[in-house]
Amino acid sequence: MALSLTPVWRWFHRWTSPPNFYRISRPWAHGLMAVGGTALFVAWIWGLVFAPEDYLQGNSYRIIFVHVPSASASLALYLTMAITAVISLVWKIKLADMVIRQCIPVGLTLTALALISGAIWGRPTWGVYWIWDARLTSMLLQLFLFIGMWAIHTAIDQQKLADRATAILVLVGFVNLPIIKWSVDWWNTMHQPATIRITGETTMVWEMLAPLLLSMAATYCVVAALVLYRTRWEILYRERKTRWVQDELGIRGKA
Amino acid sequence: MNPARKQRLILILLAVGLFTVSVILLLIANRNQVNLFYSPTDIVEGEAPLDRSFRAGGVVVHDSVWRDTDTLAVTFTVSDNLSEVTMTYTGILPDLFKEGQGVVATGTLNENGIFQASEVLARHDENYMPPEVARALEEARRRGQTPDYNNAGGY
Repeated sequence: MALSLTPVWRWFHRWTSPPNFYRISRPWAHGLMAVGGTALFVAWIWGLVFAPEDYLQGNSYRIIFVHVPSASASLALYLTMAITAVISLVWKIKLADMVIRQCIPVGLTLTALALISGAIWGRPTWGVYWIWDARLTSMLLQLFLFIGMWAIHTAIDQQKLADRATAILVLVGFVNLPIIKWSVDWWNTMHQPATIRITGETTMVWEMLAPLLLSMAATYCVVAALVLYRTRWEILYRERKTRWVQDELGIRGKA
Repeated sequence: MNPARKQRLILILLAVGLFTVSVILLLIANRNQVNLFYSPTDIVEGEAPLDRSFRAGGVVVHDSVWRDTDTLAVTFTVSDNLSEVTMTYTGILPDLFKEGQGVVATGTLNENGIFQASEVLARHDENYMPPEVARALEEARRRGQTPDYNNAGGY
């Protein structure tokens, strides 16, 4: 108990208190959405109009400017959810549960977008929309995990229990994350290995890579903004009976 | 951090870590079940099944594609840089079927060691470049100055 009252800890508790987070997250959400939205617009125009054609795929490769950002952001979001789930289970911070709850629809959308855009690309490139290789199957499993989290959270009436069950499901599903990422290296798959590599050579010319990296960075910003907006709504909803929310919204309870 | 929380944190991290590592090790150990296709080396070493249809994949060897003039029959050799397997197929090949590019085919191995494909899919590699760059690389390859760029990774 003595340790948990250190200044850092107190600061952390205050920062993650719903009313405080609600106030400080507002400019962040707007800022990230404005920057990310603008950058995404620029990146897509750049990628769809100005980037050169691919030598083999022609114009069909341009779906990469949707596919890679959404797939990559869905993995990053899952990692964020897993870390938040540990915080929720260990420190029982209310805000953590609200963030996880509102990451679910965003992650579900991103995963679905990656799968659908991949299928549309797969038909002209490989010759099939779908094949049961390790990358595609593990990504489909991630979609089912998001659906499962949503279902489990909705099915349990008791808020605390629903939050805990969802956090546990997030952590159980964590095993799928490295499998998705390295499936193309550990097994042979239809899906190609990574083009952008942190270590080693990136096998894409700069004229294509620049808009791709911009579209990825922009998507990360937009996703962060969406999670912030949604978390703010969740805070208002869960704390709707408190004085500060009623003051915030300008509605006074009778008491 | 208070002892109860510390214990919970260690327990959660340990559980997630062990579960993740064991599932991944299990899947890597069962590589043959998870792999999408058999490589030419697998087939030459006799690891591929002879009694049923399976998938085989590799890079189409340069100057190995032979098309029949009267039918849609086509014969080509695929390689993984270690071994080669000859494939036959009758039908329309995908647009991206090309020498130096990957394919994944479904079919059976006959007694002569020739893979008779019933379906051929093009496997795209991780390289993206404009046509001019590809032409320059192809030119360099023909002169024998650089190794085959398309064979650099993936198999």
